[in-house]
Amino acid sequence: MAFERLPALLESDTALLTRGRFVDVDCLLGSTEQAFHVAIKGGHIVDIAPAPILMRSWRFAYRATPAAWAAFWQPMPKAGWHDLLSLTKRGEAVLEGDIQPFMTHLQFFKDLLALPRHPGGAS
Amino acid sequence: MTGMIEPMVGRYVHVDIDGVMNRIYFEEAGSGIPLVCLHTAGSDGRQWRHLLADAEFTKTFRIIAFDMPWHGKSNPPANWNGDEYRLTTARYSKTIRAFCAALDLDRPVVMGCSIGGRIVLNLAIDHATEFRALIGLEAADFQSPWYDTAWLNRPDIHGGEVCAALVSGLVAPQSPAAARMETLWAYKQGGPGVFKGDLYFYRVDGDLRGRVEAIDTGKCPLFLLTGEYDFSCSPEDTLRTAASIEGADVTIMEALGHFPMSENPDQFRRYIAPVLAKISQQ
Repeated sequence: MAFERLPALLESDTALLTRGRFVDVDCLLGSTEQAFHVAIKGGHIVDIAPAPILMRSWRFAYRATPAAWAAFWQPMPKAGWHDLLSLTKRGEAVLEGDIQPFMTHLQFFKDLLALPRHPGGAS
Repeated sequence: MTGMIEPMVGRYVHVDIDGVMNRIYFEEAGSGIPLVCLHTAGSDGRQWRHLLADAEFTKTFRIIAFDMPWHGKSNPPANWNGDEYRLTTARYSKTIRAFCAALDLDRPVVMGCSIGGRIVLNLAIDHATEFRALIGLEAADFQSPWYDTAWLNRPDIHGGEVCAALVSGLVAPQSPAAARMETLWAYKQGGPGVFKGDLYFYRVDGDLRGRVEAIDTGKCPLFLLTGEYDFSCSPEDTLRTAASIEGADVTIMEALGHFPMSENPDQFRRYIAPVLAKISQQ
Protein backbone atom coordinates (compact mmCIF):
# COMPACT_ATOMS: atom_id res chain seq x y z
CA MET A 1 0.00 0.00 0.00
CA ALA A 2 1.02 3.57 -0.64
CA PHE A 3 1.17 4.47 3.07
CA GLU A 4 3.66 1.75 3.82
CA ARG A 5 5.90 3.18 1.10
CA LEU A 6 5.91 6.65 2.69
CA PRO A 7 9.13 6.12 4.73
CA ALA A 8 11.15 5.19 1.64
CA LEU A 9 9.61 7.99 -0.43
CA LEU A 10 10.40 10.49 2.32
CA GLU A 11 14.00 9.34 2.70
CA SER A 12 14.56 9.99 -1.00
CA ASP A 13 13.29 13.59 -0.74
CA THR A 14 16.11 15.67 0.74
CA ALA A 15 14.20 18.95 0.60
CA LEU A 16 11.24 17.51 2.47
CA LEU A 17 13.52 15.97 5.11
CA THR A 18 15.02 19.40 5.64
CA ARG A 19 11.60 21.02 5.88
CA GLY A 20 10.54 18.43 8.45
CA ARG A 21 13.66 18.48 10.62
CA PHE A 22 11.70 19.79 13.64
CA VAL A 23 8.74 17.38 13.31
CA ASP A 24 8.35 15.03 16.29
CA VAL A 25 4.89 13.50 16.54
CA ASP A 26 2.94 10.26 16.76
CA CYS A 27 -0.03 10.52 14.41
CA LEU A 28 -2.60 8.39 12.64
CA LEU A 29 -2.62 8.61 8.84
CA GLY A 30 -4.44 6.56 6.27
CA SER A 31 -7.75 5.69 4.79
CA THR A 32 -11.09 5.38 6.53
CA GLU A 33 -10.76 1.61 5.98
CA GLN A 34 -7.12 1.17 7.05
CA ALA A 35 -5.16 3.71 9.05
CA PHE A 36 -1.53 3.54 10.20
CA HIS A 37 0.19 4.67 13.38
CA VAL A 38 3.07 6.82 12.13
CA ALA A 39 5.91 7.85 14.46
CA ILE A 40 7.97 10.79 13.18
CA LYS A 41 11.22 11.89 14.84
CA GLY A 42 13.29 14.76 13.48
CA GLY A 43 11.36 14.61 10.23
CA HIS A 44 12.05 10.88 9.66
CA ILE A 45 9.35 8.22 9.82
CA VAL A 46 10.85 5.86 12.40
CA ASP A 47 7.86 3.54 12.67
CA ILE A 48 4.69 2.84 10.71
CA ALA A 49 2.26 0.11 11.72
CA PRO A 50 -1.34 -0.74 10.76
CA ALA A 51 -4.04 0.29 13.22
CA PRO A 52 -5.54 -0.74 15.52
CA ILE A 53 -2.75 -1.29 18.03
CA LEU A 54 -3.88 -1.94 21.58
CA MET A 55 -3.77 1.28 23.67
CA ARG A 56 -1.51 3.14 21.15
CA SER A 57 -2.23 6.89 21.29
CA TRP A 58 -1.82 9.62 18.68
CA ARG A 59 -1.83 13.46 18.65
CA PHE A 60 -3.82 13.95 15.47
CA ALA A 61 -5.38 11.83 12.77
CA TYR A 62 -5.94 12.53 9.08
CA ARG A 63 -8.04 9.92 7.31
CA ALA A 64 -9.63 10.08 3.85
CA THR A 65 -11.81 7.70 1.89
CA PRO A 66 -10.01 5.25 -0.42
CA ALA A 67 -11.63 7.01 -3.39
CA ALA A 68 -10.31 10.35 -2.18
CA TRP A 69 -6.74 9.04 -1.90
CA ALA A 70 -6.97 7.51 -5.38
CA ALA A 71 -8.05 10.88 -6.78
CA PHE A 72 -5.54 12.85 -4.66
CA TRP A 73 -2.63 10.71 -5.87
CA GLN A 74 -3.33 11.20 -9.57
CA PRO A 75 -0.31 12.84 -11.26
CA MET A 76 -2.58 15.78 -12.13
CA PRO A 77 -5.46 15.57 -9.65
CA LYS A 78 -8.84 16.97 -10.59
CA ALA A 79 -10.07 20.20 -9.05
CA GLY A 80 -11.35 19.74 -5.52
CA TRP A 81 -9.36 16.51 -5.05
CA HIS A 82 -5.91 18.15 -5.07
CA ASP A 83 -5.31 19.29 -1.46
CA LEU A 84 -5.67 17.76 2.02
CA LEU A 85 -7.98 20.57 3.06
CA SER A 86 -10.06 20.47 -0.10
CA LEU A 87 -10.77 16.86 0.86
CA THR A 88 -11.85 17.82 4.39
CA LYS A 89 -14.00 20.66 3.02
CA ARG A 90 -15.84 18.29 0.68
CA GLY A 91 -16.32 15.72 3.45
CA GLU A 92 -14.03 13.09 1.94
CA ALA A 93 -11.47 13.32 4.77
CA VAL A 94 -11.50 13.91 8.51
CA LEU A 95 -8.91 15.77 10.59
CA GLU A 96 -9.18 14.93 14.28
CA GLY A 97 -7.42 15.26 17.62
CA ASP A 98 -4.88 17.86 18.70
CA ILE A 99 -4.06 19.38 15.31
CA GLN A 100 -1.40 21.78 16.61
CA PRO A 101 1.50 19.69 15.21
CA PHE A 102 -0.34 19.30 11.90
CA MET A 103 -0.83 23.07 11.58
CA THR A 104 2.71 23.86 12.77
CA HIS A 105 4.12 21.66 10.01
CA LEU A 106 1.28 21.96 7.52
CA GLN A 107 3.36 22.12 4.35
CA PHE A 108 5.42 19.12 5.52
CA PHE A 109 2.31 17.00 5.96
CA LYS A 110 0.80 18.21 2.68
CA ASP A 111 3.99 17.30 0.82
CA LEU A 112 4.49 14.03 2.70
CA LEU A 113 1.02 12.74 1.89
CA ALA A 114 1.38 13.85 -1.74
CA LEU A 115 4.58 11.80 -2.26
CA PRO A 116 2.68 8.81 -3.74
CA ARG A 117 1.61 11.19 -6.52
CA HIS A 118 5.04 10.83 -8.11
CA PRO A 119 5.76 8.07 -10.68
CA GLY A 120 5.55 4.68 -8.97
CA GLY A 121 4.62 6.31 -5.66
CA ALA A 122 1.05 5.04 -5.36
CA SER A 123 1.75 1.50 -6.55
CA MET B 1 22.00 50.51 -18.96
CA THR B 2 22.03 46.92 -20.11
CA GLY B 3 19.67 45.40 -17.55
CA MET B 4 16.05 44.67 -18.43
CA ILE B 5 13.95 47.28 -16.62
CA GLU B 6 10.24 46.58 -16.25
CA PRO B 7 7.80 49.31 -17.30
CA MET B 8 5.89 49.89 -14.05
CA VAL B 9 6.79 52.77 -11.74
CA GLY B 10 6.20 52.75 -7.99
CA ARG B 11 5.31 55.84 -5.91
CA TYR B 12 3.64 56.78 -2.63
CA VAL B 13 0.46 58.81 -2.31
CA HIS B 14 -0.87 60.23 0.96
CA VAL B 15 -4.53 59.28 1.34
CA ASP B 16 -6.99 60.50 3.96
CA ILE B 17 -9.02 57.49 5.11
CA ASP B 18 -11.59 58.28 7.79
CA GLY B 19 -9.66 61.36 8.93
CA VAL B 20 -6.32 59.55 9.22
CA MET B 21 -3.54 60.05 6.70
CA ASN B 22 -2.23 56.82 5.17
CA ARG B 23 0.93 56.56 3.08
CA ILE B 24 -0.09 54.23 0.27
CA TYR B 25 2.33 52.54 -2.10
CA PHE B 26 1.19 51.95 -5.66
CA GLU B 27 2.66 50.89 -8.96
CA GLU B 28 1.38 51.89 -12.34
CA ALA B 29 2.00 51.45 -16.04
CA GLY B 30 0.28 52.50 -19.24
CA SER B 31 -2.17 55.20 -20.16
CA GLY B 32 -5.86 55.42 -20.95
CA ILE B 33 -8.75 53.92 -18.98
CA PRO B 34 -7.76 53.70 -15.30
CA LEU B 35 -7.77 50.08 -14.07
CA VAL B 36 -7.26 49.74 -10.31
CA CYS B 37 -6.21 46.26 -9.12
CA LEU B 38 -6.86 44.88 -5.62
CA HIS B 39 -4.70 42.13 -4.16
CA THR B 40 -5.88 39.11 -2.16
CA ALA B 41 -6.04 38.93 1.64
CA GLY B 42 -2.63 38.73 3.28
CA SER B 43 -0.69 39.57 0.13
CA ASP B 44 0.16 42.79 -1.75
CA GLY B 45 0.17 44.50 -5.13
CA ARG B 46 3.09 42.48 -6.48
CA GLN B 47 0.51 39.89 -7.50
CA TRP B 48 -0.31 42.15 -10.45
CA ARG B 49 3.21 42.60 -11.82
CA HIS B 50 2.59 40.58 -14.95
CA LEU B 51 -0.49 42.62 -15.86
CA LEU B 52 1.45 45.84 -15.20
CA ALA B 53 4.16 44.63 -17.58
CA ASP B 54 1.75 43.67 -20.36
CA ALA B 55 2.61 45.79 -23.41
CA GLU B 56 -0.78 45.25 -25.05
CA PHE B 57 -3.03 46.01 -22.06
CA THR B 58 -1.06 49.13 -21.12
CA LYS B 59 -1.73 50.65 -24.54
CA THR B 60 -5.38 51.02 -23.55
CA PHE B 61 -5.35 50.98 -19.76
CA ARG B 62 -3.55 52.93 -17.05
CA ILE B 63 -3.06 49.91 -14.77
CA ILE B 64 -2.61 50.75 -11.09
CA ALA B 65 -2.00 48.29 -8.24
CA PHE B 66 -1.79 49.57 -4.67
CA ASP B 67 -0.86 47.92 -1.41
CA MET B 68 -3.63 48.15 1.18
CA PRO B 69 -2.55 49.75 4.49
CA TRP B 70 -0.68 47.09 6.54
CA HIS B 71 0.34 45.26 3.36
CA GLY B 72 3.46 45.31 1.19
CA LYS B 73 5.07 48.75 1.28
CA SER B 74 2.02 50.52 2.74
CA ASN B 75 2.62 50.78 6.47
CA PRO B 76 -0.10 50.68 9.12
CA PRO B 77 -1.59 54.15 9.63
CA ALA B 78 0.47 56.52 11.77
CA ASN B 79 -2.01 56.38 14.66
CA TRP B 80 -1.82 52.60 15.03
CA ASN B 81 -1.26 51.71 18.67
CA GLY B 82 -0.70 47.97 18.32
CA ASP B 83 -4.36 46.96 18.38
CA GLU B 84 -5.38 43.85 16.45
CA TYR B 85 -5.92 44.68 12.78
CA ARG B 86 -9.41 44.01 11.41
CA LEU B 87 -10.59 44.94 7.95
CA THR B 88 -14.27 45.87 7.73
CA THR B 89 -16.55 46.37 4.74
CA ALA B 90 -16.83 50.08 5.48
CA ARG B 91 -13.10 50.61 5.83
CA TYR B 92 -12.28 48.57 2.72
CA SER B 93 -14.75 50.55 0.59
CA LYS B 94 -13.51 53.87 1.96
CA THR B 95 -9.89 52.91 1.28
CA ILE B 96 -10.53 52.07 -2.37
CA ARG B 97 -12.66 55.17 -2.99
CA ALA B 98 -10.22 57.44 -1.18
CA PHE B 99 -7.30 56.05 -3.16
CA CYS B 100 -9.14 56.60 -6.45
CA ALA B 101 -10.07 60.14 -5.37
CA ALA B 102 -6.49 60.94 -4.33
CA LEU B 103 -5.29 60.05 -7.83
CA ASP B 104 -8.22 61.94 -9.43
CA LEU B 105 -9.25 58.84 -11.38
CA ASP B 106 -12.27 59.36 -13.62
CA ARG B 107 -14.67 56.40 -13.31
CA PRO B 108 -11.97 53.74 -13.07
CA VAL B 109 -12.40 50.05 -13.67
CA VAL B 110 -11.73 48.12 -10.46
CA MET B 111 -10.55 44.51 -10.58
CA GLY B 112 -10.15 42.67 -7.28
CA CYS B 113 -9.26 39.12 -6.36
CA SER B 114 -10.62 37.10 -3.41
CA ILE B 115 -11.41 39.69 -0.74
CA GLY B 116 -10.84 42.15 -3.58
CA GLY B 117 -13.47 40.25 -5.55
CA ARG B 118 -15.90 40.38 -2.65
CA ILE B 119 -15.49 44.14 -2.15
CA VAL B 120 -16.05 44.65 -5.87
CA LEU B 121 -19.56 43.27 -5.27
CA ASN B 122 -20.00 45.84 -2.49
CA LEU B 123 -18.89 48.60 -4.86
CA ALA B 124 -21.40 47.33 -7.43
CA ILE B 125 -24.19 47.43 -4.84
CA ASP B 126 -23.45 50.81 -3.26
CA HIS B 127 -21.32 52.89 -5.65
CA ALA B 128 -21.93 51.57 -9.17
CA THR B 129 -22.04 54.97 -10.87
CA GLU B 130 -18.48 55.76 -9.72
CA PHE B 131 -17.02 52.98 -11.83
CA ARG B 132 -16.74 52.21 -15.55
CA ALA B 133 -16.77 48.44 -14.97
CA LEU B 134 -16.08 46.04 -12.12
CA ILE B 135 -14.22 42.73 -12.30
CA GLY B 136 -14.37 40.17 -9.49
CA LEU B 137 -11.84 37.35 -9.56
CA GLU B 138 -12.56 34.46 -7.21
CA ALA B 139 -15.62 36.40 -6.05
CA ALA B 140 -18.87 35.28 -4.45
CA ASP B 141 -21.52 36.61 -2.11
CA PHE B 142 -20.47 34.03 0.48
CA GLN B 143 -18.33 30.93 0.76
CA SER B 144 -18.21 28.20 3.38
CA PRO B 145 -15.21 28.44 5.76
CA TRP B 146 -12.70 25.57 5.50
CA TYR B 147 -10.38 26.44 8.40
CA ASP B 148 -10.33 28.36 11.66
CA THR B 149 -8.50 31.68 11.17
CA ALA B 150 -7.28 31.55 14.81
CA TRP B 151 -4.44 29.34 13.51
CA LEU B 152 -3.07 32.21 11.43
CA ASN B 153 -1.67 34.29 14.29
CA ARG B 154 -0.53 32.61 17.47
CA PRO B 155 2.90 32.56 19.12
CA ASP B 156 3.56 28.82 18.86
CA ILE B 157 3.11 28.60 15.07
CA HIS B 158 5.10 30.52 12.46
CA GLY B 159 2.57 32.84 10.86
CA GLY B 160 4.28 33.12 7.50
CA GLU B 161 4.69 29.37 7.17
CA VAL B 162 1.13 28.50 8.13
CA CYS B 163 -0.46 31.23 5.97
CA ALA B 164 1.52 30.10 2.92
CA ALA B 165 0.89 26.40 3.60
CA LEU B 166 -2.85 26.95 3.95
CA VAL B 167 -3.21 28.85 0.68
CA SER B 168 -0.77 26.58 -1.19
CA GLY B 169 -3.67 24.22 -1.88
CA LEU B 170 -5.53 27.02 -3.65
CA VAL B 171 -2.88 27.20 -6.39
CA ALA B 172 -3.76 24.97 -9.34
CA PRO B 173 -1.36 22.04 -9.81
CA GLN B 174 -0.78 23.12 -13.42
CA SER B 175 0.69 26.47 -12.35
CA PRO B 176 4.43 26.90 -13.05
CA ALA B 177 6.60 26.15 -10.01
CA ALA B 178 8.29 29.56 -10.02
CA ALA B 179 4.98 31.45 -10.12
CA ARG B 180 3.57 29.20 -7.40
CA MET B 181 6.53 29.88 -5.13
CA GLU B 182 6.39 33.63 -5.81
CA THR B 183 2.67 33.67 -4.96
CA LEU B 184 3.32 31.89 -1.66
CA TRP B 185 6.32 34.09 -0.84
CA ALA B 186 4.07 37.11 -0.37
CA TYR B 187 2.10 35.13 2.24
CA LYS B 188 5.32 34.28 4.05
CA GLN B 189 6.16 37.99 4.17
CA GLY B 190 2.88 39.33 5.54
CA GLY B 191 2.80 41.10 8.90
CA PRO B 192 1.58 39.16 11.94
CA GLY B 193 -2.21 38.93 12.02
CA VAL B 194 -2.72 40.81 8.75
CA PHE B 195 -4.05 37.84 6.75
CA LYS B 196 -6.30 36.97 9.68
CA GLY B 197 -7.44 40.60 9.95
CA ASP B 198 -8.30 40.71 6.25
CA LEU B 199 -10.39 37.58 6.65
CA TYR B 200 -12.50 39.31 9.29
CA PHE B 201 -14.01 41.18 6.35
CA TYR B 202 -14.39 37.93 4.43
CA ARG B 203 -15.77 35.72 7.15
CA VAL B 204 -17.57 37.98 9.61
CA ASP B 205 -18.33 41.33 8.09
CA GLY B 206 -18.83 40.75 4.38
CA ASP B 207 -21.66 38.27 3.89
CA LEU B 208 -23.55 39.52 0.83
CA ARG B 209 -26.18 36.81 0.56
CA GLY B 210 -29.49 38.45 -0.25
CA ARG B 211 -27.85 41.72 -1.28
CA VAL B 212 -26.24 41.04 -4.67
CA GLU B 213 -29.66 40.92 -6.35
CA ALA B 214 -29.63 44.72 -6.07
CA ILE B 215 -26.66 45.03 -8.46
CA ASP B 216 -27.63 46.90 -11.64
CA THR B 217 -25.23 45.90 -14.41
CA GLY B 218 -26.88 48.54 -16.60
CA LYS B 219 -25.22 51.18 -14.44
CA CYS B 220 -21.89 49.37 -14.29
CA PRO B 221 -20.96 46.14 -16.11
CA LEU B 222 -19.85 43.31 -13.83
CA PHE B 223 -17.51 40.49 -14.80
CA LEU B 224 -16.88 37.47 -12.55
CA LEU B 225 -14.06 35.01 -13.26
CA THR B 226 -13.14 32.07 -11.02
CA GLY B 227 -10.49 29.39 -11.32
CA GLU B 228 -11.65 25.77 -11.37
CA TYR B 229 -9.11 24.75 -8.68
CA ASP B 230 -10.26 27.38 -6.19
CA PHE B 231 -11.96 25.38 -3.45
CA SER B 232 -12.19 28.44 -1.18
CA CYS B 233 -14.33 30.48 -3.57
CA SER B 234 -15.43 27.60 -5.73
CA PRO B 235 -16.85 27.87 -9.24
CA GLU B 236 -20.20 26.83 -7.73
CA ASP B 237 -20.03 29.81 -5.33
CA THR B 238 -19.40 32.22 -8.20
CA LEU B 239 -22.02 30.67 -10.49
CA ARG B 240 -24.62 30.84 -7.68
CA THR B 241 -23.75 34.51 -7.13
CA ALA B 242 -23.86 35.34 -10.84
CA ALA B 243 -27.22 33.60 -11.22
CA SER B 244 -28.80 36.19 -8.95
CA ILE B 245 -27.31 39.21 -10.78
CA GLU B 246 -29.02 40.02 -14.05
CA GLY B 247 -26.48 40.75 -16.77
CA ALA B 248 -23.42 39.50 -14.87
CA ASP B 249 -20.75 38.10 -17.21
CA VAL B 250 -19.32 34.91 -15.64
CA THR B 251 -16.38 32.73 -16.66
CA ILE B 252 -14.90 29.62 -15.05
CA MET B 253 -11.18 29.51 -15.81
CA GLU B 254 -9.52 26.15 -16.46
CA ALA B 255 -6.17 25.20 -14.88
CA LEU B 256 -6.26 28.15 -12.48
CA GLY B 257 -6.82 28.48 -8.76
CA HIS B 258 -7.37 31.31 -6.31
CA PHE B 259 -4.52 33.56 -7.54
CA PRO B 260 -4.93 33.60 -11.33
CA MET B 261 -2.92 36.76 -12.06
CA SER B 262 0.15 35.60 -10.17
CA GLU B 263 0.04 31.78 -10.15
CA ASN B 264 -0.17 31.40 -13.92
CA PRO B 265 -0.08 34.79 -15.70
CA ASP B 266 -0.12 33.33 -19.23
CA GLN B 267 -3.19 31.21 -18.56
CA PHE B 268 -4.95 34.14 -16.85
CA ARG B 269 -4.20 36.38 -19.81
CA ARG B 270 -6.28 34.11 -22.06
CA TYR B 271 -9.33 34.87 -19.93
CA ILE B 272 -8.83 38.50 -18.96
CA ALA B 273 -7.90 39.75 -22.44
CA PRO B 274 -11.46 39.43 -23.85
CA VAL B 275 -12.90 41.08 -20.72
CA LEU B 276 -10.58 44.07 -21.04
CA ALA B 277 -11.35 44.24 -24.77
CA LYS B 278 -15.09 44.41 -24.03
CA ILE B 279 -14.56 47.17 -21.47
CA SER B 280 -12.38 49.21 -23.80
CA GLN B 281 -15.07 49.02 -26.51
CA GLN B 282 -18.07 49.91 -24.35
